[in-house]
Amino acid sequence: MNWTPIRAILQKEFKDYRRNPSILTAIALMPVIFFGVALGIILALPASVTSGFGLPLLYLLLIPTLMPSQTAAYSVIGEREQGTLEPVLTTPIRREEFLFGKALASLIPTLVLTYIALGILAACLAVVQPHKARVVLGSPEFAVILLFSPLLAGWSIWMATAISARTRDVRAAQGFASVAGLVPPTVIALIAFGIIPRSLAVWLAAGAALLLIDGLGYWRILPALFDRERLVTGGKP
Amino acid sequence: MKDTHISPGTPPRASAHALEVVGLTKRFGERTAVSDLSFTVGHGEVLGLLGPNGAGKTTTVRTLGTLLVPSAGSALVAGLPLTPENGVEIRRRISIMPESPGLYLRLTVTENLECFAGLYELPNVRERIDHVLRAVNLTDRARDLCGSLSKGLRQRVGLARALLSDPQLLFLDEPTSGLDPVGAREVHELIDGLRERGVTIFLTTHRLEEAERLCDRVAIINTTLRTIGRPDELRDQLFKRTIVVRTVAPLSEPENVFRELPGIEGWHEDASGAYFLTVTDPKVTAPELTRALVRAGADVLGITESLHSLEDVYLELMDSDGKTDGESS
Repeated sequence: MNWTPIRAILQKEFKDYRRNPSILTAIALMPVIFFGVALGIILALPASVTSGFGLPLLYLLLIPTLMPSQTAAYSVIGEREQGTLEPVLTTPIRREEFLFGKALASLIPTLVLTYIALGILAACLAVVQPHKARVVLGSPEFAVILLFSPLLAGWSIWMATAISARTRDVRAAQGFASVAGLVPPTVIALIAFGIIPRSLAVWLAAGAALLLIDGLGYWRILPALFDRERLVTGGKP
Repeated sequence: MKDTHISPGTPPRASAHALEVVGLTKRFGERTAVSDLSFTVGHGEVLGLLGPNGAGKTTTVRTLGTLLVPSAGSALVAGLPLTPENGVEIRRRISIMPESPGLYLRLTVTENLECFAGLYELPNVRERIDHVLRAVNLTDRARDLCGSLSKGLRQRVGLARALLSDPQLLFLDEPTSGLDPVGAREVHELIDGLRERGVTIFLTTHRLEEAERLCDRVAIINTTLRTIGRPDELRDQLFKRTIVVRTVAPLSEPENVFRELPGIEGWHEDASGAYFLTVTDPKVTAPELTRALVRAGADVLGITESLHSLEDVYLELMDSDGKTDGESS
């Protein structure tokens, strides 16, 4: 893989985000909402409660789940709708480079904002209710957010990009992508709430499974679904 | 247009032509978009591909540009066999300007060009961008958002983008589609400039005057290749040469005047009183004709050769296609 065309795609995407109010609003609002909900619940829990402070943190997992799916769902069908896909595909860029550039453009802001939200939440707690901050920082859910955010974002992005490459409408792609993105966090929530027995081994197994699926998605499924001819002609596969 | 030099890409030494196409066929399921196309484009030549809507012009460009995989046939594009393995290298050597320029409207002209310079992995990006912007007279609009440009200016940006990589072979797909006459003229001037600099151009259009003005040769397709050649060759292939004689008053005995002329194949008079003489070579017939008319005491208004336009050639071929379809159905 060659970095120059990947960087060109990445820079183009960031410039495009900066000048697109709807994308900017979506990117900015989502972390604020989920951060606010998580912080509000933790602050509202009575001081007498000694455990479970970490569970509201799981709301933050919705940031890497939902945020990149919106941009990634637009990545292929959006280019096609505005007529820019064909000129890009006539350049020497390889399919994998194009997809990787698009994925990075969704992944980077997602992870940055997720970790910033987590950091600010921890800082707020440390200032306002330090005893809860200690519990939250030591909770398994805190580690889950740190470790699973890239994996969940990875899932959302390849799934949304795959949908974007096969659908004919941006809104449909974003709708499908949002729903598809919710599958892994649902499993994580089932583990976190103990419905699936909770243990380190189960968390590790879930992480490994997601990593494997993400790998398959990026290296096998997504390139197979990205059909240059179909995308240019708009024909059925 | 400013006189900015853009050197065409170095022609590959392995091939005598910039483009060689043999039996190219593209099918979409049951539908055949193009069938058995064979032609060549020489280095520095401008070949126009003409045809009605749905004739397969864009499919041909997309196939030769590696966007579509041919169903049959072969091609040598910028010196490389048209195979999926060569796709990246072929795209590095050619450039395609699609019918719609497809610009990022929220990016400026320069940012659009920077993006594509990155996709082509070009060195000296700033210099190249300045170069192509000068070539298309857009230097003063470099910082404008593409979304704020008129359609004609966007087309110019599309052309600048196509020139950015200094391609060996430039595909222009309907470059004046949807432009007003002024915009179309600007694009024509740009293409003229490229032609003078020796850039090999493969131009698809359904504007016949555009093809006649810009192209060294034209190929007319309607799914299959109907004919190819210089516009004057095509006229000669399809139409007999005609001399038109106009007189103040009708000739009393035209048959006596025309029958003995050298190279004459026939004549007829139309409703306006003009005489149409079908001849093998006007240069042989016209002097004798003039003398014969003077001898006959005719008051001559004019003797001219009737020139068929490329449009006549095109319509003749399309008419014959229509008749063939009608007969076969």
